[in-house]
Amino acid sequence: MSASSKSHARIGEQVWAKMPKINAEFFCLTYGTMVVQLMKDFEDVREVNKKLESMGHGIGMRLIDEFLAKSGINNCHDFSETCDVIAKVAFKMFLGVGVDVANWNADKTACSLLLYDNPLNDFVEIPPNTNLLYSNILCGVIRGALEMIMMKVDAFFVRDVLRGDDVNEIRVELKERMVSEMDDQYKEG
Amino acid sequence: MKQRLDHSVSLSAFAHLFSEIVQYQSTRIQTAADLECRLEECGHSVGLRILELLSHRERRVKHEIQIVGALQFVSSHCWKALFGKVADSLERSTENENEYMIHETFPVTNQYVSVPPDLGHLNCAAYIAGVASGILDGANFSARVTAHTISSAEDSGDKTVFLIKFSPEVIHRETYV
Repeated sequence: MSASSKSHARIGEQVWAKMPKINAEFFCLTYGTMVVQLMKDFEDVREVNKKLESMGHGIGMRLIDEFLAKSGINNCHDFSETCDVIAKVAFKMFLGVGVDVANWNADKTACSLLLYDNPLNDFVEIPPNTNLLYSNILCGVIRGALEMIMMKVDAFFVRDVLRGDDVNEIRVELKERMVSEMDDQYKEG
Repeated sequence: MKQRLDHSVSLSAFAHLFSEIVQYQSTRIQTAADLECRLEECGHSVGLRILELLSHRERRVKHEIQIVGALQFVSSHCWKALFGKVADSLERSTENENEYMIHETFPVTNQYVSVPPDLGHLNCAAYIAGVASGILDGANFSARVTAHTISSAEDSGDKTVFLIKFSPEVIHRETYV
């Protein structure tokens, strides 16, 4: 673990200690009832996955403000620092779990977030042979939050404990950095 | 089963999730009452599971057989497990013998919610009302629970009262115990 990663972990702990909390089981059952509702409303599992992702996207767009305000994190130098902050500070701060970053590609534009403990998964079993991505909302949150800070990413589950894998793995791939489009009249002259 | 008594997530995470649920439900309803109904339904299924979870974990072998006992279980025990505090008060209605009230000044679901004018009387604590009715149903005290907003005279803001209306058979059974 690098030095900066360690300090992110420390920041994560500190912010987490200050956050108001709620019972994790109540949270996870609430999420469960929502997924069940979606499964009833949409017949196609793919639609459910998509809906979960878009809900997450909405959350991410709002959550980034709170994250920046409460964590005091400044600009990240590169994408690998961003991912480290997501893993060590953001996940810790909101869900109280530690996440590891692994499997970088050569260009440092894609990595995996390994969730050893996903609070959404408690008490959950999904029927065999369904393609439900139960925690897909998390991918949406990551995408929404990064979009607000001008990074277009793809986030998707590659491994899921609920589907028999040994760890939850979310792949995050940086697609492009958006350039802020600002009219000349607003620029500082 | 994993022991998760001390486990928690941030209130913000819950608030964000709850807001998505309310937004999703609000696209498929006509009136505020419909929305409350749908939130109650969601809560109901959670309530059933909470009861099961608490009973299992604490090895509660005793079953409540009286209304007051069951209500106290909800308003103190379950409330404490879910929200970290007991409910502000539990009262019996003076008008109807099958009605009880749980008062809660600041339910967790209303913390970050402002109700738009077109859904005037919406109270998102309907979700918690659903949870309470789920717990009571699971314990064989079938009841309809609804959340109502009461504007208090002082500047302390609105209070929420959960009105619990037991089914006639529950009241009837009560006379035998």
